Amino acid sequence: MQQFLESFLPAGPLVVFVFSIIPLMIILVYALFAIWLERKVAGHIQDRLGPMHTGGWHGWSQTIADLVKMIQKEDIVPAKADRFLFKMAPFIAFAASYAAFVAIPFSSGYIGSMIDVGIFYIVAITSLLSVSIIMAGWASNNKWSLLGAMRTAAQTVSYEVPTVVTILSVIIVTGTLNLMEVTEMQTGNAFLGFLPNWLIFHSPFMVIAFVLFFIASLAEAHRVPFDLPESESELVGGYQTEYSGMRWGLFMLTEYADMLLLSLVGATLFFGGWNSPFGSFMDGPVWGAFWMLLKGMILVFVMMWLRWTLPRLRVDQLMNVCWKYLIPLSFVNLVLIALWEMIF
Amino acid sequence: MLEQYIPVLLLVALAVVTAMAFIVLSRLLGPQRPASNKLGAYESGMDPVGQARDRYSVSFYIIAMEFIVFDLEVIFIYPFAVRFQEFGAGTFWAMMLFIFILFLGLVYTLKKGSFDWTAVPLQDEQSQESSYKIS
Repeated sequence: MQQFLESFLPAGPLVVFVFSIIPLMIILVYALFAIWLERKVAGHIQDRLGPMHTGGWHGWSQTIADLVKMIQKEDIVPAKADRFLFKMAPFIAFAASYAAFVAIPFSSGYIGSMIDVGIFYIVAITSLLSVSIIMAGWASNNKWSLLGAMRTAAQTVSYEVPTVVTILSVIIVTGTLNLMEVTEMQTGNAFLGFLPNWLIFHSPFMVIAFVLFFIASLAEAHRVPFDLPESESELVGGYQTEYSGMRWGLFMLTEYADMLLLSLVGATLFFGGWNSPFGSFMDGPVWGAFWMLLKGMILVFVMMWLRWTLPRLRVDQLMNVCWKYLIPLSFVNLVLIALWEMIF
Repeated sequence: MLEQYIPVLLLVALAVVTAMAFIVLSRLLGPQRPASNKLGAYESGMDPVGQARDRYSVSFYIIAMEFIVFDLEVIFIYPFAVRFQEFGAGTFWAMMLFIFILFLGLVYTLKKGSFDWTAVPLQDEQSQESSYKIS
């Protein structure tokens, strides 16, 4: 897998270093872009223009200006807060969400690390996020923060079960946890002659699995209609109420990175990852990265679109949706996919 | 095998260093003017009342316990899912039994009302007060 980049670079520690730093670069640039996009999408859906002035063309450098502003803000730690936990929480959130990208195959020539446990590692390391959120909420010594943190913890852990079960129903078909191998299985144009060989076209239950995965990933990324952790209108800022300046900025970058991570996992598992939708046309390592990011961005766009379309759920409704509908449905779907695999 | 995890460690280290750099920059560039109002807890403009670390609704702990059970069960499905194509029917029925038992557990907790979070008025006829509790 690594031959593509290794052909340019001498082998050894430098290759490992470059391979490790690429996801971080991609994600930082993406986060700047996605925050701008979110504001533009919000603006246009509400019949406004969104940011227009900063940088000239459609306010493209608005986020960069915001970042510079945020760095110049005072670093406030509340007097009654648990100082150590308060300062640690953004680091853990940031590191956990960024480290997950190492197992994502961005193109046929690039994956951060070919670890065998791939998707299992992603699930494991992203669950550290809820730890950091509980840390932030509890350390702030603020009632809004605590309420937000408890809700977030309950939400994230609950929706992890349907997410993992839908991922597992894909793994039943692929038989490997490594996302690069999952993507390689989807190369080609076999099904019905014209549809790409993607797993979402594998069986009708895969479509259900994708819908369940997408709903659960909305909740995992704390997006509307499951944005209870940060529900501004009732909890001020949720677990981030006491955070300001760059520490808050780290939480925001984490949130956007999390959205992209779940979208890329969805794109890899169901939409063929870096495979071109036109078979061998526009295929190759560079086009692969383009298709992968495009598929991820389309899912991110749907998440942004939903934010201005759906109202927020209540906490009890949130738990009902998860435990009474999503979890039983995802288990039934897992069994059906396994049956389909046995019969066909 | 293990050298595959070097990029993981490197990325974690790089993420922490990047985050540190942001915070250090903000320390250097930002003002430092602490004030008692600024450092107090935000309670929508009022003076904060008491501590925030108080007792909390038990429903959240029930959710946490359910999650631990389900997450552990899901871990057992991983090896089954990875090797499903090779082993076929025998493992399928074994896993059906496993999921069925898990399902019975879920139905039991649902019937027990672990996830019914609706706030119902407390029927207290002596005091005639309409207080609310989370059942």
